[in-house]
Amino acid sequence: MAIITMRQAISDALWEEMERDPKVFILGEEVGVWGGTYAVTKGFLDHFGEKRVRDTPIAESAIVGAGIGAAMVGLRPVSEIMTINFAFVAMDYIVNEAPKMHTMFGGQMKVPLVIRTAGGGGRQLGATHSQTPDAIFAHFPGLKVVSPGTPEDAKGLLKAAIRDDDPVLFIEHAAMYQVRGEVPEGDYTTPIGVSKVQREGDAVTIVTYCKGLQLSMAAADQLSQEGIEVEIVDLRSLRPLDMGPALASFKKTNRAVIVEEGWPSYGVGAEVATRLYEAAFDYADAPVKRVAQKEVPLPYNAALEQFALPQVADVVAAVKEVL
Amino acid sequence: MALKKKDHLELYHQMVLIRRVEERSAELYQAGKIGGFLHLYIGQEAVSTGIVSVRQPQDRIITAYRDHGLALNVGIPAKAVIAELLGKETGVSKGRGGSMHMADVEKNYWGGHAIVGAHLPIAAGMALGDQYEGNDGVTICMFGDGATNIGFFHEGVNLSKVWNLPVLWLCENNQYGMGTAVDRASAVEQIHMKAEGYGIPHSRLEDGMDIMKVREAVGAALDHIRSGKGPYFLEIMTYRFEGHSMGDPQRYREKDEVTKWEESDPIGIYNRYLVKEKIATQADLDKIDQAVETEVTEAVEFAEASPDPGFDTLFDYMYASKE
Ligand SMILES: Cc1ncc(C[n+]2csc(CCOP(=O)(O)OP(=O)(O)O)c2C)c(N)n1
Repeated sequence: MAIITMRQAISDALWEEMERDPKVFILGEEVGVWGGTYAVTKGFLDHFGEKRVRDTPIAESAIVGAGIGAAMVGLRPVSEIMTINFAFVAMDYIVNEAPKMHTMFGGQMKVPLVIRTAGGGGRQLGATHSQTPDAIFAHFPGLKVVSPGTPEDAKGLLKAAIRDDDPVLFIEHAAMYQVRGEVPEGDYTTPIGVSKVQREGDAVTIVTYCKGLQLSMAAADQLSQEGIEVEIVDLRSLRPLDMGPALASFKKTNRAVIVEEGWPSYGVGAEVATRLYEAAFDYADAPVKRVAQKEVPLPYNAALEQFALPQVADVVAAVKEVL
Repeated sequence: MALKKKDHLELYHQMVLIRRVEERSAELYQAGKIGGFLHLYIGQEAVSTGIVSVRQPQDRIITAYRDHGLALNVGIPAKAVIAELLGKETGVSKGRGGSMHMADVEKNYWGGHAIVGAHLPIAAGMALGDQYEGNDGVTICMFGDGATNIGFFHEGVNLSKVWNLPVLWLCENNQYGMGTAVDRASAVEQIHMKAEGYGIPHSRLEDGMDIMKVREAVGAALDHIRSGKGPYFLEIMTYRFEGHSMGDPQRYREKDEVTKWEESDPIGIYNRYLVKEKIATQADLDKIDQAVETEVTEAVEFAEASPDPGFDTLFDYMYASKE
């Protein structure tokens, strides 16, 4: 196994899929000449050419809309929305067109489209550029929503997304491209809609994904020094949502903390907590606890921003509260 | 592309079929058998019939929600159209789409789309698919005058020029978007002039009630695109005789105006042309009228006798990758 960054893992997945299948192409703002806003597609234009690495105007509806059209007629586009904050401009396409085509025309049309985008706060970009609105997108049946927490999963899930016959929104975290991790050699995919236990323990179940996984792993290390071993379940996909490992773990530990970066109201934590209660109410020895971002538009000021975002210490405190 | 007598009779048949299917649909709607919106195409038959009669099989076609006419033109049987209106499993979209979402991918008809203007970037993507694969098909994208004021329009049309896509932008100017007359919604009344801003060749056909003129204008536009010159923008002037949808009291236009336009009924114009040019006799045309009556009656019987989709099929078309 090689140790590589999240950026490299995502880049490798795209590169290998484009090598494998000539129908895979990418389109988006600055994917070509610039080499990708987060340098994920650096070198792609030289290697694959303009036909398959297409710079677009600043026109999010066109980026996703044209991706849908191309997917409908048999290509496998990867539409890149520079950051998830601009996905709202293409909202109709992401939640109202792509996920509906297959159903609404009685199974005639497939939309094998991947929408790649980066989300998350913590880089002092102000309220309009620092969001984690994943739950909004996960609300829509017909769309698949994936958000990896490790380089290994990023590579495997992106490959699976590109090979998937349905539209997949692939959410990366803009502050995680430098995160390193082990990645298996060779071609592999990671199934969409399958959660994974990332760390075993018996004291408390932490259910999380994406940046929350990083926070939870760090918190777990600290807690371990105090003899508290938490179990960490990484959702990896928000839709379809696989509650299996989280439920099994909750039945074992009888306690759960949910860690997400988005706002808690109507969020991923709200969904997961409800499902735990619905399926395993009798197993709860303490109320399920949510760790999330404070409910404000994120401030620019660095200290305030960090105060508003969930921190490792918040996870540690929450675990101790439910113990 | 000179037409033989039997081709003329077939086109006449299509126009009459659209008219009768829609008149019958209006009755079924009033009887409470059709739900949702029902947007009739009555008055505009020469446009879709003319377009489909000059397109090649490889030319894709996609339109907005006023889609029954086109559905019949591409050869979807009246029984599948009416069954869809009644929401039956035998409908062209298996009862999942309804009036606004009819498609038949095998006939290269990519459907009615209900969000105003949203299908324009999608059409650009479909045209990209053909360009990418080296096919010589043209994507014909039909939309109303009202759709040219929404952002999607501008993003889609701009992209088509930037990428030199084989797409025919075809604006059916029926002079109203719901109750808003063109001059109250569009800064330029000559809608085709909008293409000027994107460097796309354009023209306007003043008489869209005459199928022969539609054929000529669309044929020329398709030749232009097929010769590799990129997108073309054609505006066709027409008129809808009925309200925007069922139950529209039409307070926004004078009875006189409607009556005046009804004098240029596209079916009447075609009928007189065929008789005057001695291509067909009135008796030939009367025979078609009678045949259509039978066809539509049988289609309604078929649709009414068809089963509703079973509850056990509710999730059948949510994800393509699950099939
Ligand atoms: C984005 C959006 N806004 C509003 C509507 C409601 N709506 C449906 S049809 C229509 C008028 C469109 O007029 P036009 O494009 O000229 O087509 P026509 O009805 O004349 O064929 C409106 C406003 C919609 N379907 N989608």
